[in-house]
Amino acid sequence: MTGLYVVGIALVLALGFGLYRKAVDGRVRAVRATPASPLGLDQDLGRTATFVQFSSAVCAPCRVTARVLDEVSASTDGVAHIEIDAEQRLDLVGELGITRTPTVLVLDGSGVVRSRMVGAPRRQDVLAALAGLAAAGPSMNTNPAAA
Amino acid sequence: MPATLTPTQVDPRGPRFGAAVTTVVLAAVLILGPGLGLPLLIIQTFAFGAGSLLGLRYQPYGWLFRRFVRPRLGAPAELEDERPPRFAQSVGLVFAAVALIGAFAGSPVVFYVATGFALIAATLNAVFDFCLGCELYLVGRRLLGKPSLDSRQPIGGATR
Repeated sequence: MTGLYVVGIALVLALGFGLYRKAVDGRVRAVRATPASPLGLDQDLGRTATFVQFSSAVCAPCRVTARVLDEVSASTDGVAHIEIDAEQRLDLVGELGITRTPTVLVLDGSGVVRSRMVGAPRRQDVLAALAGLAAAGPSMNTNPAAA
Repeated sequence: MPATLTPTQVDPRGPRFGAAVTTVVLAAVLILGPGLGLPLLIIQTFAFGAGSLLGLRYQPYGWLFRRFVRPRLGAPAELEDERPPRFAQSVGLVFAAVALIGAFAGSPVVFYVATGFALIAATLNAVFDFCLGCELYLVGRRLLGKPSLDSRQPIGGATR
């Protein structure tokens, strides 16, 4: 009888957690604006936006995410996509408080981190992140570091 | 990913099918209890062990999928890297091994809790295609290891 209860509890927990994750995964969350310069990014940032994606080898959704971000950055002018192997940069992972992959930082045109997507974003989440940057206004784009 | 020469590719429906079989087996193990359920738990532990230590190609449920299910489905839309599902097998192996120890050591609590966690993981995998590796791997790495020396290099050196 104990076993039956354990099965019931496990199934309820799994379904609850799974549905919760399905609801929140990949959604855009605004974060306190922080300059990305401490990240030591030496790649060219996008003129209007840059997606910095943290990935790991054991992560299948990271591949899907990379594909979506590649598509969006290829089809949108001034948007760049940088992928970082989290394992190679555990220092950054610690500093930024990244707990799972994929995590995507959304940088505006001046290289300031504006929002974050934890879990695999859908295409519409990615577009919403870009729209959020545009709505925040171009005032951030005056930084010469964006060049 | 850097430092990766064409990793083994698998049909993503295989691990998903395997997770569904695992869910049923683990539920049966729990319902049968630490005594009657023991043989099934041993079989499941070997299945996890084969998938984790030898590779998904040797995972018996994967074999069932390739032999009996895949011929009815046709070719997959795309293949995926073997490492994420293989990591999930390793996590399953740890839970199953702890459950086995509990059963043999006469501790039903350990048996039920460990098997219960394995069932949660298998259900998430089967129903939601949940990526356990994505959740646990980074946390594990952060807990286990300080960043290695070469991780201090600029990001440009670490990306593709």
